[in-house]
Amino acid sequence: MSDNIEIDPGAARESGLVTTDSFDNLERMSSSLDEIKSTNAISQSEESNDNANIEQLDESTNYVKDSTEENEIEVSREWTSKSKHIFVLSQAGKPIYSRYGNEDKLAWLFGVMQTLVSFVQSSDDTIKSIHAGDTHFVFLIKKPLILVAVHKTQESEQQIVTQLNYVFNQITSILTLTRLKKIYEQRQNYDLRRLLTGVERLIDHLLDFSEKDPSFFLGAVQCLPLTSSVRDSISSAIIAACNKIKNLVFAILLANNKLITLVRMKKYCLHPADLHLIFNLVQASESLKNSESWTPLCLPKFDASGFLYGHVSYLAEDCQACLLLLTVDRDVFFTLSEAKQRIVERLRRGNSLEAINEALVSSDANWNGAGFPELRHYIYKSKSTAQFYQPPIGPPYSLRPRRLIDVYKRSHQRLHSSTRPLKLAFERSASEAVLAWDTRGFELYATFEPLTSTAAIIASVGKLLDWVKKREDKLFCLNAPTF
Amino acid sequence: MKIITGKVVVLGYQGVGKTSTIIRYIENTFPQQTTPTIGASFFNCKIDIDDNIKVTLQIWDTAGQERFKAMTPMFYRNANAALLVFDITSTNSFDSMKGWVQELKRNVEEPMVLFVVGNKIDLPEQREVSRTEAMQYSKSIGASYYECSAMTDQGVGVIFEKLALELVKLSGEAVNHTLKVYNDSELMAKSTELPPTDTANEEIVNLSLNDSIAYGNPVPAGCCFN
Ligand SMILES: Nc1nc2c(ncn2[C@@H]2O[C@H](COP(=O)(O)OP(=O)(O)OP(=O)(O)O)[C@@H](O)[C@H]2O)c(=O)[nH]1
Ligand SMILES: [Mg+2]
Repeated sequence: MSDNIEIDPGAARESGLVTTDSFDNLERMSSSLDEIKSTNAISQSEESNDNANIEQLDESTNYVKDSTEENEIEVSREWTSKSKHIFVLSQAGKPIYSRYGNEDKLAWLFGVMQTLVSFVQSSDDTIKSIHAGDTHFVFLIKKPLILVAVHKTQESEQQIVTQLNYVFNQITSILTLTRLKKIYEQRQNYDLRRLLTGVERLIDHLLDFSEKDPSFFLGAVQCLPLTSSVRDSISSAIIAACNKIKNLVFAILLANNKLITLVRMKKYCLHPADLHLIFNLVQASESLKNSESWTPLCLPKFDASGFLYGHVSYLAEDCQACLLLLTVDRDVFFTLSEAKQRIVERLRRGNSLEAINEALVSSDANWNGAGFPELRHYIYKSKSTAQFYQPPIGPPYSLRPRRLIDVYKRSHQRLHSSTRPLKLAFERSASEAVLAWDTRGFELYATFEPLTSTAAIIASVGKLLDWVKKREDKLFCLNAPTF
Repeated sequence: MKIITGKVVVLGYQGVGKTSTIIRYIENTFPQQTTPTIGASFFNCKIDIDDNIKVTLQIWDTAGQERFKAMTPMFYRNANAALLVFDITSTNSFDSMKGWVQELKRNVEEPMVLFVVGNKIDLPEQREVSRTEAMQYSKSIGASYYECSAMTDQGVGVIFEKLALELVKLSGEAVNHTLKVYNDSELMAKSTELPPTDTANEEIVNLSLNDSIAYGNPVPAGCCFN
């Protein structure tokens, strides 16, 4: 094992990210928040405050429901032609979310889905999926919600379930699991959409994001390529500005859906799935660019029972990297705001802002000049750090990157099939040749010209691993700094 | 010279244009595509009343979405002024604004400058709340009423300027505890700033000119921590 760590590109002994298998549906609720709060003795009054808020389920405030006739059947051609529908409903069958169309008009459909679920449940069983021709119905029952995908894609059931889990986590991240459960304990028929106004946008965005970004099926995060000295000095700047602040759990700096650095409280790691939700939030919320924001945020893998509070801001007008400082204290905005100022000053003095900007514009185009004429694209995932690297997607996929992602999804599925997982999968089609390789330390997915010989492919792969190894310092965050 | 720092909370139903109005005032632009505010956003803005008085507004732009309602007390708790924004094309947003007024009356004891703001007057043909109605209501709660359009910049500037003036007025009144007034000759907070009972925190407060919340203490209502 330790040998691998020396050899595998991008491997590290310690990681700030939780490393997991891709299809991980951890049910266990961690209690990290309680742990942190009890060690640092947060006053009880705030806690009881939180509880008081939970009880506020009054319908008095003006939630405006679209005054459309219910039960009007909406089955336009456009609607039926969508390749993947996603629905969320309560156990009682109340509509919560539909990816396309108006939930109220689809009430009949939600009714059918709820009936199916409870019919199977009545015989102590759980419905998982239904296949009718080329249409697949995939169910995920996550109390107190039911999530359903109806799709005609090539994705495997596992991959769809992963996506549904993300949707569930997104909802949890807004409300916390504790509150979600409480709501339905108090009132089975509650219309959750009252609390989720504006969240449809986040779910829509998350679904699109998870379909076009490999991070999601890989269960890993991509880093912004930076020389290790620059990355280390950024981390040090954050640590210097924050190490006196108690209860700060994570400091995350990201840009363009890539991680620049993650500094964490000792003992605690961040799960890639939580980081994906953060990426989604930042990317979908243009308004965060206006000023500093302060927001509650639940990271379901970290602790689904409560909120962290986040100071969120972009570093500077001239550097569009987003900094999140996440704490368990709900009223330290100004402390964190000052810390942020100090961080920016240090980064500016150390020329790190420029370095980040350069990394953001550099297309890293030179990689295929490096002796891989037949290699079109690749993804390298380092398992021990839950990070991956891929070069920018170029021709012939530039216009339809989704096609390449679908190719990778299929390969990924072959490596991770629950019935017959493979260590090595090779597939040649008229459009490309794809090699997928799963080892103890890494996963590699490489796409070649369709007619590349097997020998040439094997030779390239060896060279490619050397190439990644040589640049591992730059492509991955190999340190796991703590405050 | 006198420097007055006032905390302003902006409240109102989602989508009424709170963020757009603030950005219009501070940056003099109308953001083309805004997304709903997440949690709350903080803005700082300085207004010179004259050569002798400068006002700094520390503005909390809250999120109108229902799910953030539980955290709003954090922002109005120690505010010196509230901008209560509604959208003149939506009766619903007017009613929601009234809900905020009630909540403030219930929970805030300190004197607070109240401004009711009807936004989106660039859409007169869609108006649902009449000027008279809004004016009458504002009067009944002791608030001033303003109308504006963040989109066309009509009436935006005057709101913030009047607000600054009201804070100057408030700072002259003996009853007020939480407004910060500094005379730059003596870099000390005026003693009226502290509630008479609160001695334990005195030291911290007087030291922090630039508004930090002391760590770990739940902020008691009426204390001058932010
Ligand atoms: N016509 C018109 N539209 C406006 C005006 N002000 C804001 N809007 C639009 O109203 C929508 C909501 O504006 P925001 O400023 O984001 O509203 P908000 O009150 O901050 O919303 P939340 O942050 O969700 O509470 C946006 O589409 C704006 O473009 C205005 O004066 N006239
Ligand atoms: Mg807003």
